[in-house]
Amino acid sequence: MQPKPGSVPFDFDQLTVSDVSRFYGRRRALSHVSMALRAGEIVGLLGPNGAGKSTLLSLLATLLVPSAGRVRYGDRTAREAGAALRAQVGFLSHELQLYPELTARENLEFSAGLYGLVDASRRIGNALEQAKLTNRADEPILSFSRGMRQRLALERVLLHTPRLVLLDEPFTGLDESSSRSLTDRLHELRDRRQLVLLATHDLDTVDGVVDRAVMLREGHVMQLDDSGGSLRERYREGLSRGRRI
Amino acid sequence: MGEFFRVAWLVTCKDFRVESRSREMLYTTTFFATSCVLVFSFAFVRGGQPIAGAEAGIVWVSLAYSGQLALGRVFERELHHDALRGLLLSPVDRAAIFVGKLLGIVFLMVIVEMVVVFFVSLFFSATLFQYVPEFLALMITGTVGFASVGALFAAMLARTQSRAVLLPVLLYPVTVPVLIAGVSGTVALAQADPNLDLAHFWIALIVVFDVVFLTLSLWTFEPLMTE
Repeated sequence: MQPKPGSVPFDFDQLTVSDVSRFYGRRRALSHVSMALRAGEIVGLLGPNGAGKSTLLSLLATLLVPSAGRVRYGDRTAREAGAALRAQVGFLSHELQLYPELTARENLEFSAGLYGLVDASRRIGNALEQAKLTNRADEPILSFSRGMRQRLALERVLLHTPRLVLLDEPFTGLDESSSRSLTDRLHELRDRRQLVLLATHDLDTVDGVVDRAVMLREGHVMQLDDSGGSLRERYREGLSRGRRI
Repeated sequence: MGEFFRVAWLVTCKDFRVESRSREMLYTTTFFATSCVLVFSFAFVRGGQPIAGAEAGIVWVSLAYSGQLALGRVFERELHHDALRGLLLSPVDRAAIFVGKLLGIVFLMVIVEMVVVFFVSLFFSATLFQYVPEFLALMITGTVGFASVGALFAAMLARTQSRAVLLPVLLYPVTVPVLIAGVSGTVALAQADPNLDLAHFWIALIVVFDVVFLTLSLWTFEPLMTE
């Protein structure tokens, strides 16, 4: 990432969520959530529908403000770090944040422009290659399958090499080979000491990929048994007998 | 400052590119504005003679209604596939995003204005171009004022369900001064005995409106976009 003129580069290797709650009107989407992410680890964010996973991801991406509690990126809050922090965040939401009328290349170029990347064409070439879309780079993505769009959206998110990578259901629509590629990509991110938080229902796919898992239910963090067994077994156990932390 | 305008221009160019592929806003606004002029021409032209001053009202009403159509779509388009979040997450001055969207809508409205003015001149034998600089100043400042208020409200309502209903309800009461000044200024320029001093007064009034609402929009866009 090329620092933008006038902005102070900002980096961090730890993210701390302290007693964070988030309300939508009178409904509490997150309740007293505390957790930490460290550089070089992949953390799975598990939980049933409506548990608050997407709210937590949006909050960590600075798109939402906590109603109570604090999120610290290194030693700063989102307000203190400002736009410099947003340059270090990559967020793949369930909606892919792409423009269907634009081609794959144009979508990436627009993103590179927003992030002020100086070596944009090299990065875009690499991203298209990683997404296996080099030969369809100049087609509007309107004609792409969900899986192709998903791969492109992931590369768009990683284009500026963010320190914090937030992924909401990244395996949606991917075939077996694309899922394998994504798994390899996640390992690369870990090796580059990026912080990765991955919300998913695809427990079998991410078992063995995530270093540890955090479970949410009705906005609360639940204790997840780490004594052994598959991720799915631990998740079921957590759902039926887990207690709030 | 250069970075601010680079980002604004990037957003405008992206909007142009998207619009050039779909042509959805251009076709609907131009068609709607032209239809307005055509319908009014049946009401206000009798025996080949237009009612005096009608052309000014028709130009501005056509622009306001067609502009509203375009404003309704300008942020709605960003909501598809949640692209608005992608924009807001980027490390840019969010006011630059607003300016980029505003420039796009102003350019689109200017294109529609050219079509409307052409047809009004044709159907109403209107002499709108007697004083070209004044007329252009009136149209451009009026468009900027209308679009800046409209773009702010469109952004504010982007995430609401009833945005299509609420946009005109909020937009017209606030932009009434621009529309009145626009119509009055155009009448002053197009009447048989043009009154340049009066036209300058209305232009100055719109400029004041533009400055106030542009400042307000730039100031409030960031907090409006933070949930």
